[in-house]
Amino acid sequence: MSETIEEKIKTYRTAPFDARFPNTNQTRNCYQNYLDFHRCNKALSSKGQDVAPCQWYQRVYKSLCPMGWVSKWDEQIENGNFPGKI
Amino acid sequence: MAHPSQLGFQDAASPVMEELLHFHDHALMIVFLISTLVLYIIVAMVTTKLTNKFILDSQEIEIIWTLLPAIILILIALPSLRILYLMDEINDPHLTIKAMGHQWYWSYEYTDYEDLGFDSYMVPTQDLTPGQFRLLETDHRMVIPVESPIRVLVSAEDVLHSWAVPSLGVKMDAVPGRLNQTAFITSRPGVFYGQCSEICGANHSFMPIVVEAVPLEHFENWSFIMLQDA
Repeated sequence: MSETIEEKIKTYRTAPFDARFPNTNQTRNCYQNYLDFHRCNKALSSKGQDVAPCQWYQRVYKSLCPMGWVSKWDEQIENGNFPGKI
Repeated sequence: MAHPSQLGFQDAASPVMEELLHFHDHALMIVFLISTLVLYIIVAMVTTKLTNKFILDSQEIEIIWTLLPAIILILIALPSLRILYLMDEINDPHLTIKAMGHQWYWSYEYTDYEDLGFDSYMVPTQDLTPGQFRLLETDHRMVIPVESPIRVLVSAEDVLHSWAVPSLGVKMDAVPGRLNQTAFITSRPGVFYGQCSEICGANHSFMPIVVEAVPLEHFENWSFIMLQDA
């Protein structure tokens, strides 16, 4: 499983079509991948496993989310007042 | 770009825009034919000396002028729906670019690999060099590889804007806090101009969009140079 993810990350061009978000409004697509990256990190590192598979979510949210949003959210996480559930 | 006293659309630079152009030609032809027929009938009615005070009904013409409009409407609806669904097809983009609207400039972010971001301000009229277009040129263009499917995510940092490039058949509102997706493929290399299409304050008319489609190699060189300059 992590081999396929590694391959997917190696041949990554841009965020692929996500059937969960088929319409024009991609706001949730960006936000969901950001959340999933942090949740994946938290879940895998709490079990002591390799967090490499989480990189996929990071590549996707980096492609989709405006840099301003990402830095604002990163700052909120650092300050402990990020509104989302991670 | 638009030309002085231009009547029709700009030349299409993407397959979708070509389809839209052909559909518009088709629908406009129908409109012209109907208008000509109606005008002819009006003139004929007004200029004839013939009268008939005893007409009660006429089944034949009633059938014709009921069926014919229905058929014409279907002839318009079918290609229209075809294009509607064509524009909605799932595509597999090679590149994602974010276009963020500000008062009063656009900024573009290419973050698939590295974090490349830059602003795109209009070139003021007094700074134009000969051959450049007034109110359309920008200091930095949004460069893309030609014939590659591109996904553009449009948003805004302050008020409503709208990202539009007519020759690509693209227009998408820029709403603060929302990411609107549009996609296109350029069929030929070139420079394509557009303007902000949602009123956004004093300089709404002075924040144009320039898309430059170049071969992939040139795009890679350009992004390398832009990353270094940033």
